[in-house]
Order: sequence, then structure tokens, then C-alpha cells
Amino acid sequence: MTDPSRSIPIMPAYYDTASPAAKISVRDLNFFYGSQQALFKNNLDIAPQRVTAIIGPSGCGKSTHIRVYNRIFELYPDHRAEGEVWVDGQNILDPAQDLMELRRRLGMVFQRPIPFPLSIYDNVSFGLHQHYRLSKSETADRVEEALRGAALWEEVKDFLHRPGTSLSGGQQQRLCIARAIVVKPEVLLMDEPCSAIDPVATAKVEELIQELKSTYTIVIVTHNMQQAARISDFTAFFYRGHILEFGSTGEIFNKYSLLEDIPRKEHLDSLLKSARPLGTSLS
Amino acid sequence: MKLRPPTGRRLANLVVSLWAGASALIGMVILFWILYVVVSRGLGALNLDFFTHLPTPPGMSGGGLANAIVGTLVLTAAATLLAVPIGLMAGIYLAEFSEDSKAGDYSRFSANVLMGMPSIIVGVFAYTLVVVPLGNFSGYAGALALAILMLPVITRTTEDMLRLVPNTLRESALALGAPRWKVTLVIVFRAAKGGLITGVLLAVARVSGETAPLLFTALNSPYWFHSLGEPTPNLTVTIFNYAMSPYPDWQQKAWGASLLITVGVLIITVLARFFLREKKV
Repeated sequence: MTDPSRSIPIMPAYYDTASPAAKISVRDLNFFYGSQQALFKNNLDIAPQRVTAIIGPSGCGKSTHIRVYNRIFELYPDHRAEGEVWVDGQNILDPAQDLMELRRRLGMVFQRPIPFPLSIYDNVSFGLHQHYRLSKSETADRVEEALRGAALWEEVKDFLHRPGTSLSGGQQQRLCIARAIVVKPEVLLMDEPCSAIDPVATAKVEELIQELKSTYTIVIVTHNMQQAARISDFTAFFYRGHILEFGSTGEIFNKYSLLEDIPRKEHLDSLLKSARPLGTSLS
Repeated sequence: MKLRPPTGRRLANLVVSLWAGASALIGMVILFWILYVVVSRGLGALNLDFFTHLPTPPGMSGGGLANAIVGTLVLTAAATLLAVPIGLMAGIYLAEFSEDSKAGDYSRFSANVLMGMPSIIVGVFAYTLVVVPLGNFSGYAGALALAILMLPVITRTTEDMLRLVPNTLRESALALGAPRWKVTLVIVFRAAKGGLITGVLLAVARVSGETAPLLFTALNSPYWFHSLGEPTPNLTVTIFNYAMSPYPDWQQKAWGASLLITVGVLIITVLARFFLREKKV
């Protein structure tokens, strides 16, 4: 499935019978927190309907990177992105880009589940009303569909009017997933979605990701290497704001014993030094 | 190195803690003293007539302050209606949209100055703005003066309460493609609801005892409340007039009115604390 002689750095790194166009193509992306640069010349292709994991030690720019895709960073006036992010052939960093439409197409699930101060039902229908004109019964159908999609329906169907905050942490995170998929996005950006919930809930969310990937393109940030190995098809390895390595997950985990390499900063620093400044690859 | 003997430190500790404790006690004693005097003198004035009848002419006993009670309620309600939408929106601007701009800094500074503005100046301001051009004292002028006093309180508490709402909540709502105004009014507002109600209630408590801004504006009236277009009866100016009158009956009514306002402010403050606590759950 993979080509061992990857010589051209900026190319889709996946090979199907006919390789599909990348859903998201990041080109020369730099990011700044005020005057401090956090991302350096990131280049990355996200395959459609696959799970792409973004891994790396904490503080290396993983979350920063995917927060550019839906331009949520613009909530903070001193955060700034430079470069190009192409979604279906459209540069979404273009100031003319309609943010509401962009955010409908690229849903996001955050690290900590944060239900809105609304009922379970209204938590899900909130986003729906932003983008679709629906009758009451259509709304109810879509809410149920989303809650089923997030594997939460059976647990909450009798308490839809209780506040979203009354759910357990793991349930809240699946509520947030339901909230994100109800607007029929094309991409799901998941920013460490399992780091604040217990192992049982984590297993449920991972299972859910496997089901969702037939419909959605998924980009998941995780600091959990085993999780990346379990659920992802492709892996991008971030270090100090650079993309140190990108490839199929099997390839990356064969090439490096990441579980050992991650704590060894000196080793990573030497890898970074030898990496080509523009490339996504070290080969 | 020689250790310093502990005696000096212990003594200093004792002096400072006694001093601080005594200061706190003085504040409490003064509050309860006032409450005691108001209750003991005012309670005798409160009867059914006090709440249902018009005031009597000087020298005659009986009658009540029903018109002033109604007038105060109307004035406060009108001022609240005027100040709440503007105050909330100004608070929203400062917390959500000003992005630490110069305009935001100036408005915040103005609100702080306005908060410390002597209320009599606000009264004179409303007088020149409304009473002089219209040619008569009116409830409109009174409501405006009270609203100006409420405005900075509501603005600043709204800003503070909205800033307490974590940005992660805003991000979650924005990430669904909701426009900023909707994120603020539907999600952030709901998260800050308890604090916002507290802000409004504290502003109401702040103005319900104000006399100076009403002296030049709403004035007072011995008749039933008719419309805000004419002098409007109210409790605080009534207290001011009655307390300085030579008639024992009027003086007692002033005590009764004082008790009524004190109890009202107490209830509002307790409610405000209740809503603030509810928010934290």
C-alpha cells in the first residue's frame, strides 16, 4: 500500500487504486502567537474519509495546527496564520472566505467536553438552526440521527430536556460529537477528544471514530501514541512547530519506536536539525 | 546568625489582628445600629393606611404614603427599563467586541468615573437636559437621572460576568458556525445569567435609595401618580421633606418610609446574592 521510496516531499502520502485528491492541503503554514512563532512551514495533505492523527510532545503545535483549519484562532486578535490551507481546492485563509460556512463543513470537537448551558436536545439543535431551515419534526429527526451517530441516543432518549451538563464526562464528549455532526460537516477536527475522559468513555469514542470515518474526513490530535496507532490511517509527527514526519501510520510506527523517541529531546532535536526546512519528510 | 526573639513578632501579630478585628466590628456595629434605630422608630408608622392612603395635610394625623410607594416603584421600573438594555449592550461591547481597543478603554474608564459621580450632579444634569426644556418637573427626568446612575453599575458587572465565561465555550459555539452575536446572546449570556441578574439587582438597590437626583427632577407630589410627564411622588424626597418638618406625625412617617426602603434594599441584595450563588452550581 505504501511506497517505500518517497522521494518527492509534497505529495499525497497515501496510495489507493486511484489516489483521491487530498481533502485538505496545507502549504507553508506559519502561525504566530503575537510575535512568537508557533508553526513553521507546515505542509500536510489530509486524505478524505481517513483518520489522520497528529502526534507529538505537548506544546509542539498540534492543536495550533488544526485550529487554523476552521479559523477558530481568530477569536484572539493577536493570533495570526500565514500560508495556505486548501479545502477542496479553496484557500480558506482567504479573507473573503465565509467563516460560518467553513465551520459548518469543518466541525470541531474540543479537548474538554463543554456542553452549552442548554438542554441536551437544544445542545444538538443549536448548530442545526444556524444552517438549516427545518420544521419541528425534521429537527427532531436530525437531532435523533446525530445522537444515534454519536452512540448516545439510547442513553439520553428519555432525558432530552435535561441540561447537557447533567451528563457524565464521557457522555458530554459524545454530546459534543453529536453537536458537531448534526450540521453534516465534511471534516471532523478532534483536538485531543479523549484526554479529559475516562478509559471506558475513551474506548467508546474510539469505536465511534472508526464508524464515523466512512462518512467524514477525520483529523485527530492526540498525545496518546497507542491511540494514534489504534485508530489512525495516517500520522503526522509534530515537533517544535515543525512536521518532522508524515506517512501512513504503520510506516511511521515501524520507522520510529515513537514510544521511546518521544521523551528523548536530544534525539528529536537532531532529527529536526537534519530535516529539510520545507519538506514533510526526512527521507 | 542569631534568631530574633519571638516576643516582638508575637506582639505585632496580636496588635494587627486586634486592630483589623476591631475595625470590622465597628463597621458591623454601625450597620446594626442604623438598622435598630430605623426598625424601632419606623415599625410604629407602618399600618394598613400607610400602604393604602394618600398623605394628609400638615397637622392632621392618619393617612399614608401609598402614592409615594407607587411612584418610587414606577420611577425605579422606568429607570431600569431605560438602563438595562443600554448597560447590557455596553457590557457586551466591552467584554466581547472591544478587543482591548482604545474605544473600549475610554468607555470602561468613563463607566468607572460615572460610577463614582456624586448623584446630585447627575440630578442637575437631568434637570438641564429635561426639566429646563420641558418647563416642568417630571417623572421622565427622574427616571433618566436614576437610569444614568444605574448604567455604569450594569455595564461593569455585565463586562465582568461575561469575562468570567471561559473562552472554550465561545470557541465551541463559534466552531459550529454560529455568528458572534448569537454566540453572545444565546450561549454566553445564558452561562452568565445569574451574574447578569445580580448586576441589574445591585443597580436597582443602588438607586432605590437615591434622593438627590430626584430633588431636581421628579420632585414630589402629594397626589396619586398620574403620568411620568408631571411631578412624581416618591419615598426618598418624601423622607427628606417629612424628616425636616415640625410635625411629629410626618416625622414618624419618614421613619416608616426609611424602614420600607431599607427592607426593600435588603431583599434586593439578598436576591442578588442568591442569583450569584446559583450561577456557581
